[in-house]
Amino acid sequence: MPVRWSLLALTLATASASAQLSIEITGAGAQRTPVAVVPFTGEGALPPPVSSIIRSDLERSGLFRTLEVPTLNPPLNEAANINYADWRARLADALVVGSLVVLPNGRFETRVRVDDVVKQARLGAVALPTAKDNLRAVGHRAADYVYEKLTGEKGVFSTLIAYVVKRGSAYELQIADADGLGDQTILKSNEPIISPAWSPDGKRIAYVSFENKKPVVYVHSIADAKRIVAANFRGSNSAPAWSPDGSRLAVTLSREGGSQIFVMAPNGSGLKRLTQSQAIDTEPRFSPDGRWLYFTSDRGGTPQVYRMAATGGEPQRLTFEGSYNVTPRPSPDGKTLAYITRNGGKFQVALLDLNNRQVQIITDSDRDESPSFAPNGRMILLATVINGRGVLSAVSSDGRVKQRLTTPAGDVREPAWGPFIE
Amino acid sequence: MTTRILPIIAGASLVALFAACSTTPEGDKPGAKPDAAAAPAPEATGRKAPAIDVTRRGGGDAMLKDPNNILSKRSVYFEYDKYEIKAEFKPLVEAHAKYLRENPGAKMLIQGNADERGSREYNVALGQRRSDTVKRALVLLGAKEGQIESVSLGEEKPVCTDHAEGCWAKNRRDDMLYNGEY
Repeated sequence: MPVRWSLLALTLATASASAQLSIEITGAGAQRTPVAVVPFTGEGALPPPVSSIIRSDLERSGLFRTLEVPTLNPPLNEAANINYADWRARLADALVVGSLVVLPNGRFETRVRVDDVVKQARLGAVALPTAKDNLRAVGHRAADYVYEKLTGEKGVFSTLIAYVVKRGSAYELQIADADGLGDQTILKSNEPIISPAWSPDGKRIAYVSFENKKPVVYVHSIADAKRIVAANFRGSNSAPAWSPDGSRLAVTLSREGGSQIFVMAPNGSGLKRLTQSQAIDTEPRFSPDGRWLYFTSDRGGTPQVYRMAATGGEPQRLTFEGSYNVTPRPSPDGKTLAYITRNGGKFQVALLDLNNRQVQIITDSDRDESPSFAPNGRMILLATVINGRGVLSAVSSDGRVKQRLTTPAGDVREPAWGPFIE
Repeated sequence: MTTRILPIIAGASLVALFAACSTTPEGDKPGAKPDAAAAPAPEATGRKAPAIDVTRRGGGDAMLKDPNNILSKRSVYFEYDKYEIKAEFKPLVEAHAKYLRENPGAKMLIQGNADERGSREYNVALGQRRSDTVKRALVLLGAKEGQIESVSLGEEKPVCTDHAEGCWAKNRRDDMLYNGEY
């Protein structure tokens, strides 16, 4: 029985003018760690309450179950002595307490403390500068802190996602927090937009826009809404992918006939052809270490995933099962490759272990596209179709945790999970 | 102003060029009997391009819009996972090649399209293969390479949006647009 847990209340509380994504959790990990997140003292001064954002984020990860905490008297915060036996009795494995305080200079600070109830040990505490317009950002940062203390790996709650919304014949490229809230439109067009790709520093997005009646690659700077044409050669220009250091962009161009992979600077200079085939070569992606370029090619008769040295060279075929394997996306640690496979007429997300070459299909939907790893590798964001409508879905890399992000009016597609931002 | 000598191509060799550029699976192998009816001999062989054609915008030419003229038809449809030009569209491609030959100032954008199944980017590449195929045929039939740009819209601009073969067939298509029309 899937857990269905909606963030509707939070969505309404922060609703902006545009229609936001809302999230449903449709599956969860088998073993979810019970965590008590106590309402922070003083947090009522600046809504939304940071503790509720932490609670939502932890639940959404699928790794934690947050416990109901009754009103405590006296209230509990990071300065208090913790009675671990009490919290064990409430079945909590971990405890999160904190406060929102006004500093002598009039500024606000959010303090967060995490304790391991089972080991009866304080895991750490942090103080985050807080302003009334960044409560959600502070909440996500606090949740990242808690997540890292409890799991040992970095949280992704304060990262961003990009995606395309289609409403009628209008297309919008949007960015939003990883929970789908706080959405902002960075490009509006009457023609399709596809293949958004975040620069490694999270400041720019490369994408393909059809506004000139053909595919053209742009590089768009988010903070100042300025963009440059990166590739507008004769023919089609598509499938942008950043090198890990941000210095190069791999693209698919048809300027020399067919669809072939080239690499260039993000401003379009220094163009160099990387593939030399009569076949389709497209959907390039650099490995996180920059050594390899994964791509889709039908040089063997059907579209399959290959890789070659990022400087060019003889490609090596990686997928062998099935007649349609496309859209390779390496995991942040470089050990796994996500791609789309056609499995009995259904398009689903498969994971290839690059060491032992084992393949596992991790979704049960039938029109999956554009898988995108979270920067900690834990979740994969993808586009799929539910009841005839394009939605985003997120699945944990073990296939257990599933979430769905929908928007009230329109199709959502082409997701891209942004990098960690310092 | 440039004057151009149009390619001198006899009807029979024109057919041979066409067959070579389109790899229809059956019945159209090299050496197959040429379909003379489908390959009218080019008119005005060796004629200089009229000066007015250099400045005339192709899209403004009434014959391109005349529903009784084959040139008003602009779409070439393809089978699933196939890229060769089906026999029924050869007269259409030949007519447009003739127009481009006779109007060196005309420019054409060929937009290839794919049905919605599978990856958006891979479908851009499939649409490109379709538009490249028609461009190659037009060039082999005497159009100048520089007159034609072949691009792809992938699965992004379907003319039909049902999720079924009847619709998909309409979306696996090249559209030929003349300058002034895009």
